[in-house]
Parts: sequence; structure tokens; C-alpha cells
Amino acid sequence: MKTQAAVKISHLSKAYGNVAAVDDVSLSVAEGEIFGILGPNGAGKTTTVECVLGLRTPDTGSISVLGLDPVRDAGELHTIVGAQLQESALPAKLRVGEILSEYRSFYREPADVGELIDGLGLAGKVKDYYRSLSGGQRQRLSIALALIGRPKVAVLDEMTSGLDPQARRDTWNLVESMRDRGVTILLVTHFMEEAERLCDRVALIDAGHVVALDSPAGLAARASGGKSLRFVPSAPFDDRLLTELPEVGTVTRSGSHVVVTGTGELVNTVILTLATAGVTARDVQLDTSSLEDAFVKLTGRHLHEEGIPA
Amino acid sequence: MNTHTLPRPKTARSTTPPPTAQLGKTPLGKTPLSRARLTKALLPETAPRAAFGQIVRNEARLAWRLPAGLIFGVGLPVLLLIIFNQIPSFHQTQASLGGLTAFDVYVPILIAMVIAIIALISLPGPLVTYRDQGILRRLSTTPVPPSWVLAAQLVVEFCITITSLLILIVVSIMAFGLGAPKNPGALVLAIVLSIAAMFAIGLCIAAVARTGIAARAIGAAAFYPMLFFAGMWFPRQEMPGVLQEISNVTPLGAVVEAIQDSMQGQFPPAEPLLVLAGYALVFALIARRFFRWE
Repeated sequence: MKTQAAVKISHLSKAYGNVAAVDDVSLSVAEGEIFGILGPNGAGKTTTVECVLGLRTPDTGSISVLGLDPVRDAGELHTIVGAQLQESALPAKLRVGEILSEYRSFYREPADVGELIDGLGLAGKVKDYYRSLSGGQRQRLSIALALIGRPKVAVLDEMTSGLDPQARRDTWNLVESMRDRGVTILLVTHFMEEAERLCDRVALIDAGHVVALDSPAGLAARASGGKSLRFVPSAPFDDRLLTELPEVGTVTRSGSHVVVTGTGELVNTVILTLATAGVTARDVQLDTSSLEDAFVKLTGRHLHEEGIPA
Repeated sequence: MNTHTLPRPKTARSTTPPPTAQLGKTPLGKTPLSRARLTKALLPETAPRAAFGQIVRNEARLAWRLPAGLIFGVGLPVLLLIIFNQIPSFHQTQASLGGLTAFDVYVPILIAMVIAIIALISLPGPLVTYRDQGILRRLSTTPVPPSWVLAAQLVVEFCITITSLLILIVVSIMAFGLGAPKNPGALVLAIVLSIAAMFAIGLCIAAVARTGIAARAIGAAAFYPMLFFAGMWFPRQEMPGVLQEISNVTPLGAVVEAIQDSMQGQFPPAEPLLVLAGYALVFALIARRFFRWE
């Protein structure tokens, strides 16, 4: 991966009235990277990317996007940055194809519309009115408009909210193929699986601050209280058989399931030890700690405290 | 939570004016009004000029597909014209109308009505909806400035207005025996100033209304009193002195006076033209001051 910064945010602060939305945020997105900004609602994610897009002027701090100042060089910036924003509709009685033609004309070297809408599963919808599209289709059109100018940097704010699982996976594939073509992607999300699947690095933002910045695996490891193994034993056994192992922390039982936590080569050790005692472990599930755990550990709060479904 | 931004060093404060709060303002909205900056903001080199044509095309499609504006701005005035033509007394000259026929008097009033419906109802609605729905915000992230949509909307509504007025005037002359305008140059000037004044008022509505529903309510609230002073229910010539004085300084009163005079052959007196120019200027400045792109 190239090391040059595509987006560099230094000590960004932005307040609305006397409420600080973003407070001294610094981060650097490498060229060709998928960078996630992850945090609960109201954490300052959207304000941060709005400053990156030149839609808002920072109170203090500076931003550089491929060497451009988003406010001063807004015109140039918008030729190389594509954005998909939250809560952004389109005229109800325009057809998908008409909207795409209009936005395509905004750029000097636009993308191939056919390829774009194929990738987003909108090929059959070109003649449909925007009004008749489902929430997921509108969202995909919105992503298409963010990518239609062949941006060097794409900012995608909650791009998969409202998509069904299949559409979500298709969108992830599209984003990965964009990355493969060298596009730098700044992804705002509060959806864990998305960040873990797509992002090279993730900044956890809470209450306007960056609380952690690492790869998804790195963050998970930081939060790691270790691993957790869950299985159904084929025969009863004494808990001490496992608790005596150095790798094992705790053994708990819930119904027919046994949950073992621990570190290191937990799975192999536990299964081998059981096997020598004549017990087979069925339905084995290994839970490693996730970004979600990392978030809880680092902020003391859950990502979805406001009950927003991912 | 930290409720303060970093304090600025004293030296900076003494040499530069303190930053004012810029809530929800785009950088465009607070660019000082200098010619170079305005050009950069409205006609950036990065925006392909052909994009404007595409925007106009889509705005025209929307005007066609949501035809309330066409029905009330074109259909209704033409229908009224046809009805007025059917009333025999409308074609008799009347002393109370200064020797004109009621039909002569009503054609300028219908022209005023067309301009008012399009300016006050058709024009602000889409702009407010686009802002409300984040369409202008999305445009702010593209090389094309959102002001181009406003300009496209002005172009489309201007074309609809001119089409409607042409139909009204040509049908009146060719089919209903109205005398051809005796001073066409003055008529064109009066119409252009009328459209400028009324569109500026419409843009003001677009600037202050938060939702499409609010825009329609404000538009309607402005429309009926204005139409009254245009003489829709009570021709200006028959108004008592005080009402006539008031009518002279209302936008549609000035529209009717300027158009009536140029149809009858005089170059319209300075007063209605100045009133219209004044409305155009003042409301354009207010609209520019208060218009928000998000």
C-alpha cells in the first residue's frame, strides 16, 4: 500500500453553538486505503466528513485532501472527490437514467454508466421514476452518483443503511472493486460487520474524539479478553478437566452448552483434552472479540445505545 | 463534554476580526460579495458548461410531469380569457374604464395573474423542496454549484411565463379582437420588469420557507391580496382614490399599470416601471441575503 496521505485531518474542531461536535480530531488516510470512521450516532462522524467535503468550515484545525484545502479549493476538490451523504433524496419524478445523465454531465471524465449500474444492480431500473425505487435502490443510486465522476477519494456516509443483506454484500463487493482500482475510500458507518469486512483501518469516534485508531483486527485484539469457545459435549465431564489447563480462564454452562474462555491455542487444547477423556465437542463455535467489544471496552458504551439497528 | 472551542491567542484577536458563528452555512454563503469571488462561486472553471443544459432539461421534465404550475399558470388564465370573451358586455367601451372595454382592462390583469402564479407558486416550490430534501446539499459536493439549479429553475419558469403570455396576447388579438399593442417595445420592457420583480419576490419566498408546504402557503397568502390590487375583482380604474394609490405601489398594481399603458400606446409613465425595478432590486437582495443551500 502506498503511504502518501490522501486525506489528512489535523486537530479538527467544529462546534454548533456551544456544543462541540468534533473536538481535536486528527487522522490520516493513506492513498488506496478503505478507512472507516466508526462510532455511535452524534459522535461527530458526519460533521468530520462534511468538513472533508468542504460543506462545513472547521472552527480550528486543517484538512488536506490530496493536497487541496476543502474550503479554499472546493471547486477542484469536488472534481476528484465523490460523496454519498445521508438523508439526501432526489426529485421524485425524474427517471434513474435521467438523474444519471445529469450527474454524469458534471464531470469531465465520467465513469461508464452501464458498468456502474450493473455493479450496483440497477440495470433494470433506468426507466423507473426515483419515486418508485425501494429504499435500497435509492441508496444504491446515491452510491452510483458518488462514483460517477470517477473520484480519487470517495466519501460514503452510512452507505448500506436500509439495504437488505444481499444488497449490502453486493455494495461491499463494489467498494472493494473500487479500492482495487486505487480509489481511496472514507467510510462512515456504525455497522460493525461492514467495518470488519472492508476497512484497512478504523478510527473509533465517540463524543467528538478519536478514541482509537487501528486495523479492525488490531482494535479487536486490544479489547481482547481473549477468545471464547462454545460447544455441546457428547458426554458429561468434570469442569476441572478444563480449568486445570493453562490456556483456560473460565468454564461456564448454559443449558446443554459449555462456554470456555481463554487465550492461546484454546481450541486445540480443549478439544484434545476432551477427546482423551472420551468426550466429543459438537457444534463448536469460536467467538473472537470483535470491533463491537473493542468499542465497548474503549468507551464504556455500546454502539447502538440509541436502538438504531445496524 | 467540552463545550468550548480552543481559545484564540490574544494577538490574533487584536489584528483580525473575531470569527463569527457559521452554523449550517456553506462556504458559498459567506463569501464576501466581490466580483472575482462571485464568478468563482457561480461559474467555477471546474464545472462543465454543458451540465447546465442537462439541469435545465431535467427541470423542464419535472415542470411537465408535475403540471400544477402549467395548469394554473397557463391553462387557467387562457380559460378565463375565453370566458371573458363570451360576455357581451365585456366588449362595450365604458366611461368608468376610461373609454376602454372590460376585455381591454382584463387582458393586462390576466398577464399579471400568469406572472404572479408562476413567480409565487411554481418557482419557489421546487427550490424549497430541493433544499429540504438535501438535493442542493448533494450538488454542493459535485463540481456544479447548487446555484445552477436555481438558475435552471429561473430559465424554465421564465420560458413557461413567456409561452403563456404569448398565448394570451396572440389569442386575444387574433381571435378576440383586442387591438394590437401600440407600443410593443414598451410592452416588452414592462413584461421583463414585471417578471424580474415577481420572480425576485418568489425567490424571497424560497429563501425564507423551510418546507414546500410552507412555500405554497406563503405564496398563496401573497398572491390573493396582490391580485386584488391588480384589479382582478375590481378594475383599478374603478377603485376609490386611496385603493388606487395603494395599488400603484403594489407589485401587481404596477404590473397592470405598466402593461395597460403600453398596450394603449403610451410609453408607460416612470412610476410603475420604477416601482417594479425597486421590487426586483430589493427582493433580489433580500433573497440573496437569506437564501440557504442547506
